[in-house]
Amino acid sequence: MVGEISGVDRMSADFLLELRSEEIPARMQAAARADLERLFRKELESAGLKPGSVQVWSTPRRLALIARDLPLATQAVREELKGPRTSAPAQALEGFLRKTGLSADQLTERDGVWFAVLEKPGRATADVLAEAIPAIIRTFPWPKSQRWGVDSRSSESLRWVRPLSGIIALLGGDVVPFEVGGIVAGRDTLGHRFHHHGPITIDGADDYASKLHAAHVIVDHATREKIVREGAHRAASEAGLMLVEDEGLVIENAGLTEWPVPLLGRFDEAFLTVPPEVIQLTARVNQKYFIATHPHPTLPLEGEGLTLANAFICTANIAATDGGAAIVAGNRKVLAARLSDARFFWEQDQKTPLAEQAKKLARITFHEKLGTLAEKVARVADLAEWLAREGVVPGADPALARQAAELAKADLVTEMVGEFPELQGLMGGYYARVEGLPDAVADAIRDHYKPVGQGDDVPTAPVTVAVALADKLDTLRGFFAIDEKPTGSKDPFALRRAALGVIRLITDNALRFAVAEGDLLAFFADRLKVQQREAGVRHDLIDAVFALGGEDDLVRLLARVHALQAFVGTEDGRNLLAGYKRAANILKKETWDTLPPAYTPEPAEAALTAALAQAGPKVDTALGQEDFIAAMAALASLRAPIDAFFEAVTVNDADAKRRANRLDLLDQFRAAVHKVADFSRIEG
Amino acid sequence: MAEPTQSPSFQDMILRLHAYWSAQGCLILQPYDMRVGAGTFHTATTLRSLGPESWNAAYVQPSRRPTDGRYGENPNRLQHYYQYQVIMKPSPADFQALYLGSLFAIGIDPLLHDIRFVEDDWESPTLGAWGLGWEVWCDGMEVSQFTYFQQMGGFDCKPVAGELTYGLERLAMYIQGVDSLYDLRFNDAGVSYGDVFLENERQMSKWNFEVADTDTLFKGFVAAEAECHRAIAAEVPIAAYEQAIEASHLFNLLQARGVISVQERASYMGRVRDLARGSCEAYMAKFKDEWSAKFPGWTA
Repeated sequence: MVGEISGVDRMSADFLLELRSEEIPARMQAAARADLERLFRKELESAGLKPGSVQVWSTPRRLALIARDLPLATQAVREELKGPRTSAPAQALEGFLRKTGLSADQLTERDGVWFAVLEKPGRATADVLAEAIPAIIRTFPWPKSQRWGVDSRSSESLRWVRPLSGIIALLGGDVVPFEVGGIVAGRDTLGHRFHHHGPITIDGADDYASKLHAAHVIVDHATREKIVREGAHRAASEAGLMLVEDEGLVIENAGLTEWPVPLLGRFDEAFLTVPPEVIQLTARVNQKYFIATHPHPTLPLEGEGLTLANAFICTANIAATDGGAAIVAGNRKVLAARLSDARFFWEQDQKTPLAEQAKKLARITFHEKLGTLAEKVARVADLAEWLAREGVVPGADPALARQAAELAKADLVTEMVGEFPELQGLMGGYYARVEGLPDAVADAIRDHYKPVGQGDDVPTAPVTVAVALADKLDTLRGFFAIDEKPTGSKDPFALRRAALGVIRLITDNALRFAVAEGDLLAFFADRLKVQQREAGVRHDLIDAVFALGGEDDLVRLLARVHALQAFVGTEDGRNLLAGYKRAANILKKETWDTLPPAYTPEPAEAALTAALAQAGPKVDTALGQEDFIAAMAALASLRAPIDAFFEAVTVNDADAKRRANRLDLLDQFRAAVHKVADFSRIEG
Repeated sequence: MAEPTQSPSFQDMILRLHAYWSAQGCLILQPYDMRVGAGTFHTATTLRSLGPESWNAAYVQPSRRPTDGRYGENPNRLQHYYQYQVIMKPSPADFQALYLGSLFAIGIDPLLHDIRFVEDDWESPTLGAWGLGWEVWCDGMEVSQFTYFQQMGGFDCKPVAGELTYGLERLAMYIQGVDSLYDLRFNDAGVSYGDVFLENERQMSKWNFEVADTDTLFKGFVAAEAECHRAIAAEVPIAAYEQAIEASHLFNLLQARGVISVQERASYMGRVRDLARGSCEAYMAKFKDEWSAKFPGWTA
């Protein structure tokens, strides 16, 4: 059933869909928009329809989609199917008739073969949509969904992220008729929960956003995000402050409001004794507030030296009748209660020295097979001290490394970290400074979890490096020892991240030591390939160097890989690789016994022999000095002789002695190249 | 007498909520006469959310959380406080609007104050229950928990019940604009919340944390556990459930006394969960045939 299409001769129309529900969690809205568009396009495509454009919007209470210029009907399809030969047995023809649903007189015959012509008439787009939209709703991939209401007496009732309360489906000006979960598609919606009362009747895609706007709903999330972003900036600058930008908060606040109104409030300056990170976290995580700093004219916009202001910016969902004064007052009170808790924790924690706190780690299990956190701390302290004493981390004082490691996890039992786990490390650093511990120790406690992600800073302070490295290595060694290695997408102990952290600590600080052996070394090799891909280093070259075996010094390994990558990018390198592959292919196929060289070698043969005699020691010397560029240069000297050799000399000579000696020569060439890397692993 | 524009006292706020929810068709029940940690534990919510029958009720439930006691010295924390609980099964289509109406009834103007539904799903491993919903914010403060029950006692809620929990002291502090809950006007004749409860908080905090005889508590836990199993076997699931609640509270007291280690904690919680679930299962078993008969097609 399709209604009359408004606009007499129009062949296409715009489609509007609104799925109105109770508040959709802010964090789910972006994915929901993408899913709605994807599923809609998929349904259209399978019906053979192509929209001009598709626009999706979300608010806390609705998902909306507008498809422009949708053809009003699908194309009629004419399809010719080839059947059996006319001479084929009767069963074959019967089967074909069954398949096509035709009778024998509807078939045509050409060149002794039956053909069926199937006509699929076009379908009204409204009919297509009336089936497609309920199907999308029923199978929508919400991360969590629920049942509700009277219908939920049956477990087959509709599921949605929160109760679904209304649907608009308009093609052109007409309702696309369907019903899903007891909700009948129509043209009515609701405006802002408090600013508008009664239903709003929508004519079509064109008046949807404007009618909602008049009812205090900004349906375009991007517009709301802009209002939050710019409004927060404006509120801060009007107060003579600078906003601490937070795009995650912008999106979240836009996802919590249909009519966002950023408002600035002040909190008691006395709370500024609490570390700024704590204030920011309290404001952001618990209350979704922005914070602001005092502008500092001599400093760049971001970075150190800015001081937190006693201000917060909340985002209201109404244009309040008093301009927002009551809202700001209420929010200030809530923040004050939160900050008093934070200040209480801050003051309380300072009463217990970190060394005392650390004793409580004996009560916390790190892993049932790896003992308590206290036991882990003891291992990390030994390792950190060793890394410092052995000079693996140059400039690190062994005693300070041990002290920092012993205290690094103590903040896990503080009240503050109990409340805000993401402040681990940071709080320990603060408490260490309050106790008057050396800066190197406080910094190491603060930063020893670093680097936590790809973009995170890598510590460079020696004591910090020693503790950070020891902590991660201990974790990796421990879990590998009890065979808890990451598999596929499962990495419950974040070992990949730990390995990546180790790699970055080692490479950024040029630390020279044997990082691991066996499985763990192979794991590092894999992680190194992933990490170096970002830096443009070819994974096959890393393989080519690891394949030599025995390389557990990541700094030396990367130096060699870098030299190799530069080399294989040169003309000499490419040709040498080609020569290597040719030699390797021959050697793979042939077997021979070494025979005395009782013949006069051809000039190219003699030249290669001489070149190898020269290059071999040079490569050895260069490798001994870890001068990989020189090693590559020495290899490059083989390029012309090997090319000339293949040009002028027949390896598989009829004479057994010649053949054997030439194969020997190629074998020596391969061996010389293998001193630098296993070229057989190199692609291209 | 109060000025007409003055915010309602603590007791008036409760009376207004009673009047409001009564008008929406809810039974106005009285508190369950046992020590519980939250309004959800009242049988009017847990057991009545099982099964297909309609059920609409509202009540105040005194709730006890021994570890939250602060000897009357913290302006925001109590070991004994009140929750206002509404349960409507099946959840009505306009449940959100009904809730907002109740806020209006106690004096919150939604064009002056910013009311928001912020994602907050609810889960009670002890009750084998979970639901989706929100915490409701008023000017950034959580004033209620709003939940659509999906499971209770490990059973799918068929139909789904809508549950509202108002933290009455916090809501009253907000409405009355006071910074300490002890300063709340309990009535409009000069009696404060502190006059009524401050001494209780002092004494009960001391008892919870320092005095309560742990040996008796441990024995009580074991006794309640045994009695719960006996009641399940005797097919009196409501009695069994009461013992589960009793065990749960004794466990909370033991926690406050600091005599349960981290390792033991999980094991005790598991025992309480088994009691609560077992009671729900027994309740379900007792009534499911009757329910299926009344609601053809309904299955547990």
